[in-house]
Amino acid sequence: MNGNELTERLLSGDRRALARVISKIEDEDPQTPDIISELYQHTGAALSVGFTGPPGAGKSSIIAKLIELFREEDKKVGVVSVDPSSPFTKGAILGDRIRLVDHFLDKNVFIRSMGNRGHLGGLAGGSRLAGLAMEAYGTDVVIYETMGVGQGEVEVASAADTVVLCLQPGAGDAVQALKAGVMEIADIFCINKSDHPQANEAKAEVRSTLEIGHELDPDAPMPSIIMTRGDTGEGIEELKEKIEEHRASLEKSGELEKRQRASQREFVVSWAANKMQNKVQERLQRGDTKIMERVYKRELDPISASEKIFEEI
Amino acid sequence: MPEETTRVVVAKVGLDGHDRGAKIIARALRDAGMEVIYTGLHQTPDQIVETTIQEDANAIGVSILSGAHMTLVPRIIELLEENDAGDVVVFVGGTIPKDDIDKLKEAGVGEVFTPGTPTKKAVEYVQEAVSAS
Repeated sequence: MNGNELTERLLSGDRRALARVISKIEDEDPQTPDIISELYQHTGAALSVGFTGPPGAGKSSIIAKLIELFREEDKKVGVVSVDPSSPFTKGAILGDRIRLVDHFLDKNVFIRSMGNRGHLGGLAGGSRLAGLAMEAYGTDVVIYETMGVGQGEVEVASAADTVVLCLQPGAGDAVQALKAGVMEIADIFCINKSDHPQANEAKAEVRSTLEIGHELDPDAPMPSIIMTRGDTGEGIEELKEKIEEHRASLEKSGELEKRQRASQREFVVSWAANKMQNKVQERLQRGDTKIMERVYKRELDPISASEKIFEEI
Repeated sequence: MPEETTRVVVAKVGLDGHDRGAKIIARALRDAGMEVIYTGLHQTPDQIVETTIQEDANAIGVSILSGAHMTLVPRIIELLEENDAGDVVVFVGGTIPKDDIDKLKEAGVGEVFTPGTPTKKAVEYVQEAVSAS
């Protein structure tokens, strides 16, 4: 199937075409740029939500319940779910679907699992383009689920308009440790497993961390903290309301456009940088190792060497 | 230019709760560099096929110990064909009687692995069958 036909079928709502397109994105197929350029004009209207947080906090379970609520409103939902690939074999076990099983047969829910394939930042290299493809296919909501993250994986903030950080009680000082990075990108905090004896403590901890930030910067909106249970669905309705409120406030304040512009810009830069990096790698692999030999022998410093290569390409 | 990554759905079909075999094969395929979409227990043929389509998987590994393989497995193949996905490789692992193995293969199953099969054999089979399809 050629790129054109695929794109047409995708735009007409053919899920197999969407699945193929996402594979092409993931495999960096040479057709990808053309496909994206066709799809791009059909995107931009969906509600995009990113879920992030440490492994085991309950991201997938919460998403499963949230999808239910969106489906009650007859919204079409796409999910891009990322799990880590092995850095050694590049293989991966993608297990987020286990929690989403209730939605497998719903033709208005499209779920795609991705291995991060070495991409840093919590998402896979192709996640954002996969989200775009889902939008062009006709989903009203695109949900990004990062792999379990530590502190510095904040890419989801540029992929999604609203970021939900899922935490679990009992992690104690972990919240403290999360102060920077991932804590800063969250628009909504979700303390999952709210039946846990230490759930309220966790909430208080998050709140006090946020209050310090608020004191230092009183103009920034204070993120909501929601208590949820992924197993029973408790609190998910409130979570959905907060997501929608957040989106509405972004639209009203003009912040949405600002965010989207920044994110598009960042995407363009990172795509170009990635391409450049591949070119540099190619250049170094293409026989001519003289320049590297000079670096190894300490005749040439690494920065001058990279400047030289950069000029050449 | 990265090459195409092989993606395999590993599924437990029907009403049995023994997923150790499925987990072992999932792990072995992962260690061979494949992406394994693991969907958990009690899957129906419809669920497995829909997952395979959305995930654009090259192969399905069905683990079944309940004895219902003669109903469930051919149904998966039927559904794949109905969905224009007949090129997906289907292999089965489990306690399958010898007579049934031939019947399953006739129905379109690529290979059947019974208890005691070294995982290496299954991995090699998937690699070969996917690159041939």
